[in-house]
Amino acid sequence: MFGYTMEEVGNIVVMQGFSGLSLFSVLLLMALGLAIIFGQMGVINMAHGEFMTVGAYTTVFMSKLAVKYEIVDSYFIFAIIAAFILAFFIGYFIEYLLIRHLYKRPLDTLLATWGLSLVMQQIFRSTFGAKEVSAELPEWLLGSFKPTPDIDIPINGVFVMVLALIVTVGVYLFMFRSRGGLRIRATMQNRIMAGAVGINTQKVDRLTFALGCGIAGVAGAAFTTISSTGPTTGSLYIVDSFMVVVFGGAASLMGTIASAFGIAQAQSILQFFMTSSMGKVSTLMTIVIILMMRPEGLFASKVRK
Amino acid sequence: MNTLSDKLLGGKQGAVGLAILALMLFVVFPLWLDLFRLGLLGKYVTYAFVAISLVLLWGNGGILSLGQGMFFGLGGYCMAMFLKLEASDPVSTKIQTTPGIPDFMDWNQLTEIPFFWQPFKSLPLTLILVLLVPTLLAFIIGYAMFKRRVGGVYFAIITQAIALILSILIVGQQGYTGGVNGITDLKTLLGWDIRTDSAKYILYFTNAGLLIACMLLARYILTSKFGMLLLAMRDKEERVRFSGYDVSNFKIFIFCVAAMISAIGGAMFTLQIGFMSPSFVGIVPSIEMVIFAAVGGRMSLIGAVYGTLLVNFGKTMFSETFPELWLFLMGGLFIAVVMFFPDGLAGIYEKYAKQFKVNELVSSYLAKSGKKVAKLIGEKA
Repeated sequence: MFGYTMEEVGNIVVMQGFSGLSLFSVLLLMALGLAIIFGQMGVINMAHGEFMTVGAYTTVFMSKLAVKYEIVDSYFIFAIIAAFILAFFIGYFIEYLLIRHLYKRPLDTLLATWGLSLVMQQIFRSTFGAKEVSAELPEWLLGSFKPTPDIDIPINGVFVMVLALIVTVGVYLFMFRSRGGLRIRATMQNRIMAGAVGINTQKVDRLTFALGCGIAGVAGAAFTTISSTGPTTGSLYIVDSFMVVVFGGAASLMGTIASAFGIAQAQSILQFFMTSSMGKVSTLMTIVIILMMRPEGLFASKVRK
Repeated sequence: MNTLSDKLLGGKQGAVGLAILALMLFVVFPLWLDLFRLGLLGKYVTYAFVAISLVLLWGNGGILSLGQGMFFGLGGYCMAMFLKLEASDPVSTKIQTTPGIPDFMDWNQLTEIPFFWQPFKSLPLTLILVLLVPTLLAFIIGYAMFKRRVGGVYFAIITQAIALILSILIVGQQGYTGGVNGITDLKTLLGWDIRTDSAKYILYFTNAGLLIACMLLARYILTSKFGMLLLAMRDKEERVRFSGYDVSNFKIFIFCVAAMISAIGGAMFTLQIGFMSPSFVGIVPSIEMVIFAAVGGRMSLIGAVYGTLLVNFGKTMFSETFPELWLFLMGGLFIAVVMFFPDGLAGIYEKYAKQFKVNELVSSYLAKSGKKVAKLIGEKA
């Protein structure tokens, strides 16, 4: 197969599989936020990538502070929390200013949030410069461990994956096992009834949107461990994350996880055997074709609309 | 005959608007602007093709396509492939390893012209393909999506993904497409040099003429029964379907028409500017073109053209003087238009025109001057 021995192909698949897992983790974190905002609320947030960038820049900023006060080993946890909080509050603010006026016009939200993403990108560029910056990573995130001499698994990838899994479980517990999640689901399913039983639906909207943005912020923090951050970093992931959510079936958490995994793995394994652009093209093409045959996505909830 | 002209022009008011636009494009701008600025204007006019295609598709049909850039690009690429083959004759490319093939193919160690370039050796075939390739792609996408009743948001996202795929593909396949630089160094069209001043004027006027023709076509579609159905589909799709119409076929048709109009713009772009690159195919240009239509007014053909010209002049002016501010302005403009003026410039005009009775004034003035002209002609005769 392509001039490799079977053993080499096995090793490549394992290693590319692991590099796919870091992509999977970032995509999953992005898509979780988007699945809440787009899948639950029906708001097309084209600026979602920029919320990820907010998280990434927060982490970079925290790491600079950490270097100054020599706490590089332990700052990362705080950076993740700070990224979440900052993205959460910006999201809260944006919902209040912009999104809440457009709930009845979904296509217009798409355009308005695209405008927002342009503005945010320019803010990043003016504040942090056009150059890409990277965070100072703590010692324990660097390096890799080797189960066999030929296989090399980077630790930061494993860390990002664990983070993604924790956030996923957290989102699941929040959405399906808490009062807050119950309120969100009630409001999204039937706004009028939810209002009638005493839920403040506007507040729920605002918190839901902010929560989705906050998770995007966490995605940004995770992203800094595997790559450097620039003003347009987020926009590179926006189409992919939308494809993940749509492909998985907009309202399904399991679908989002499965499709993030599938897309990330397909991309990273194909990119090794073909050129990187062709790997991406063939993955996206496959998704589009599958979506044309099954527009409701892989794991659609069986609800009549 | 009278009804046909009414349909084409959209009544007296539409005719006046169209006449003013034609006057601007054919007389005022060419006299007022120097050749460099006129060339820029010509470029913006090619974007206006996409804007009017979006008025048909999005304003009246309610179908937001975030992939119009790809039809624009495909039309442009078809034209560019023909011009490139003509520019790379064996004599002028004799320093290459393989003379007679486009330079970027030679750089990428290709030794012969790939099969899908072959049809672009003849001009009539190229002109057909300029229209056919984008329309066919639109038909395939439209057929697959609308037959399964995918619409609205999902359609927007999927067309966006397809635009992304196409742009990555073009950038990635450098040997076949010229990669990220695109197809450059285009010189002649059947031996006619397109870079001279006179050629630039001719191309500008052809372009403007084609724009007016496309607007007449779009107007005809909108004022026909089909246009009514399109509006009805936008507002109450289920109801149209239950009345016995096949909604998906109508949607496929309008999507194909919009793709074709965009492709004409793309081909004219290549002819006027002399190159085509993947930066006109991807997500960003496609969404920018939606901005043009939104600023001008998504429901108004004429408004969309003015919107395109204004936004682009603004872009050129601002990005020359304050490149930093431009993205703020563009983003802000976008948010403002969507939030406060969903009908764009045309909506604002309508509102104030009613207040000040501009239309009555203009048409009465035109009627008077029409009589004068008739008198003059009568006296001469």
